[in-house]
Amino acid sequence: MSATIKWFWYASPQTFLPLAGTMARACWAGAALLALAGLYVGFFVAPTDAQQGEAYRIIFIHVPAAWMSMFLYLVMAGWAALGLAFHTRLSSMMASALAPTGALFTFIALWTGALWGRPTWGTYWVWDARLTSELILLFLYLGFMALQAAIDDPRRADRAGALLAIVGAVNVPIIYYSVQWWNTLHQGASVSLAKAPSMAAAMFAGMILMALAFWCYSIAAALTRVRCIILERR
Amino acid sequence: MSWGGWSGFWAMGGYGLYVWGAYAVTFGALALEILSLVKRSHETKA
Repeated sequence: MSATIKWFWYASPQTFLPLAGTMARACWAGAALLALAGLYVGFFVAPTDAQQGEAYRIIFIHVPAAWMSMFLYLVMAGWAALGLAFHTRLSSMMASALAPTGALFTFIALWTGALWGRPTWGTYWVWDARLTSELILLFLYLGFMALQAAIDDPRRADRAGALLAIVGAVNVPIIYYSVQWWNTLHQGASVSLAKAPSMAAAMFAGMILMALAFWCYSIAAALTRVRCIILERR
Repeated sequence: MSWGGWSGFWAMGGYGLYVWGAYAVTFGALALEILSLVKRSHETKA
């Protein structure tokens, strides 16, 4: 059987169900192992920061959570758009399954940012472009979930949610480039594809391990939730 | 990285409240999501 046929085979919710279960279990295990490794490197290998002392150790959850919050939104909007264009039920279900996890990582990015801002900036919150656009992202996730919950017919709920998700996707590049476009209190990107990271290797390793752990966690949570959605809609 | 015992580790150079406040809420929130998923999975199978 060719690979093309396999893809359409798994586009059906019923055949996807057992595959999602197997993949979710592997991802839960991967997330736990990567998080343990990341926490070990973050707290026992990475050195003290010369400027911020130990307060900087919040970076190991703050930056990966902020990355996930933006990335999950784009994946959610992408699935929603596929569902809207091709009426594939599984695509819309994936979008609904990603929303709560995305909202959770947005909340974590804001919470850890507040607790980092207090010792380094002297304030928990400031209406700065980066912080404000990230708060709008949280409202977009919550709005998507509330809208879908308010509509009884699943197909209409999928369509309405997809429109909101696609329009809201404009906010993601605004968050990402906010530190360049506006003069913000928030610092610029610590990691970019174009140049070497501006931090010690152990700090960078701890951050990447936690980012991979959050990736595995998000995939596991989304797959576990989509299984519930498939079974509930059956 | 040497912390000089557990008290040094928990103190986090005077930033203990901020660092542990961030980590506790993060892993607490993830644990709550896992619990809610376990509950929902059991309910849908029944």
